[in-house]
Amino acid sequence: MMQDDKVIVCEKLTKRFGDFVATNEITFDVHKGEIFGFLGANGAGKTTAMRMLCGLSAPSSGKATIAGYDVYTQTEQIKRNIGYMSQKFSLYENLTVLENIEFFGGIYGLSDERIKSKTEELLQRLGLKSEANKLVGSLPLGWKQKLSFSVAVLHEPKIVFLDEPTGGVDPVTRRQFWDMIYEAAHDGITVFVTTHYMDEAEYCNRISIMVDGKMEVLDTPANLKNSFHARSMDEVFYQLARGAKRGD
Amino acid sequence: MKQFLAFVRKEFYHVLRDRRTLLILFGMPIAQILIFGFALTNEVKDSEILVVDYAKDNASQELLTKIGSSRYFNIRQAALSHSEILGTFQKGKIKAVVVFPANFNEDLLHHNKAQIQIITDASDVNTANMVTNYLSSIIMDYQNQLNRNLEIPYRITSEVRMLYNPQLKGAHGFVPGVMALVLLLVSVMMTAISIVREKETGTMEILLVSPFKPVLVIFAKAFPYLALSLVNVTAILLLSVFVLDLPVKGSVALLFAESTLFIITCLALGIFISIKTSSQQIAMLISLMGMLLPTMMFSGFLFPIENMPVPLQVISNIVPSKWFYIIVKSIMIKGLGLAALWKETLILFGMTVFLLLVSLKSFKIRLQ
Repeated sequence: MMQDDKVIVCEKLTKRFGDFVATNEITFDVHKGEIFGFLGANGAGKTTAMRMLCGLSAPSSGKATIAGYDVYTQTEQIKRNIGYMSQKFSLYENLTVLENIEFFGGIYGLSDERIKSKTEELLQRLGLKSEANKLVGSLPLGWKQKLSFSVAVLHEPKIVFLDEPTGGVDPVTRRQFWDMIYEAAHDGITVFVTTHYMDEAEYCNRISIMVDGKMEVLDTPANLKNSFHARSMDEVFYQLARGAKRGD
Repeated sequence: MKQFLAFVRKEFYHVLRDRRTLLILFGMPIAQILIFGFALTNEVKDSEILVVDYAKDNASQELLTKIGSSRYFNIRQAALSHSEILGTFQKGKIKAVVVFPANFNEDLLHHNKAQIQIITDASDVNTANMVTNYLSSIIMDYQNQLNRNLEIPYRITSEVRMLYNPQLKGAHGFVPGVMALVLLLVSVMMTAISIVREKETGTMEILLVSPFKPVLVIFAKAFPYLALSLVNVTAILLLSVFVLDLPVKGSVALLFAESTLFIITCLALGIFISIKTSSQQIAMLISLMGMLLPTMMFSGFLFPIENMPVPLQVISNIVPSKWFYIIVKSIMIKGLGLAALWKETLILFGMTVFLLLVSLKSFKIRLQ
């Protein structure tokens, strides 16, 4: 791949809270349109790293650019160019599907026409046309998650960060959810995803695994399985995470 | 700006869809005003009193007309013996019996001294006291009138004057108090809860990741409550003018300006609480215990501050509602202007600025 299609560039990115080093000199690149799996046990430092990449917290040291913008000084531009979906369901339950779309389109500063055409397209694709005026709270979880993802990419970001997006979702919906992720990646959106499901890890183009704040490995699922002489990603993860000192 | 409007619209959807919120927002102020204004009022209105007039002369008739024409008493006349009077009380409708002895007028003119007997039903001590006070002040009034007409002082009378509230309207003290209470509830509690709710549901994170400025998130969340609080102020004032017959003596514009200032103080407090807490229950508890209770106790609304021990009087100074209560009372009842209230206003303003700075600062720290 070409050097200049890197959308995330991290160099020795570190975050310290006092003596505690949450994220320890992680270095990696993510390419445009790539699905990048960001794995690690609880407490391994994933969330902290992700918060830095989203421009929510300033790194203690190291360098990083997101979509070409610096995480220290250009957080405003970074926020404009990324989408984010958290593990908690994060649309407003007492707003209708339409109102949620309008709201998020609104705070991203999309024009009314753009919101309108985007809404049309989104409802069409999700098959939610007849539910457009229903409160989001009344939808089943699977639909909520899909809607949530669609809203996260509503403003056509360059990168979308997904923090355990499929937690608590049934396998069928998870499969459908990943179809959406592939579609987004196909459209050129870079997907940065954390997950605890190892079968999902296999869907990623490349995976990194964090252990105790450090990025231990970074490669394609196939190469990782090879080098760890493992049959599944589960085993790879287990071998690495077993050595972890931190955790909850 | 468009982003801000989208946000504010969303906030209004939240408020208008949540029945409990609506009830607290609009049901509570109206209920409180009406309850304090009517039910809990210590005002005597349309009390039935029984008059036993043995004199039936000029003076007794004049005095009776005077008592009857006040809106506090409905007069019934009857000629009863002393023992029969007891029976009427037992029926419970009569609040007091006024007995004019024979020769009331002559006693007054010739001996410069006449007596009236007022008998009240003291099983309800407060009402009895109140009725007696009202009656005596009407009698005193009559006496003064008499003295003035004749230009001969009959005797020195102790004068009871009810400053600023000559008609002894009970609602006077309540309206400013309820106003402080309602604004505090709406602005502190509702704002705190609505911000913490976003934290709880995880939507706050989404907002922070969006290009929408964090500080604007806070302002956009507070803005609807400012608007709703002003609606509340209007509602309370309308109720007090048209239902409780309590006009605003001073400038209405000034009253609104001061209310806005107090609302902003409360919003700043609400924001501060919301930053420091992470669950709706805790936010509510802190708002109620930390804000509502001091307001009830230290604003002077229920308990006079002058009667408190000195340490408590000192503490009362840090309660914003105390200053707001003084301001509203002064504007509504005494008709004072900004010239007389600049000190209180300045204190409130200082508190607002301080709270805003502290909450914005702690908000920034949290973001790190």
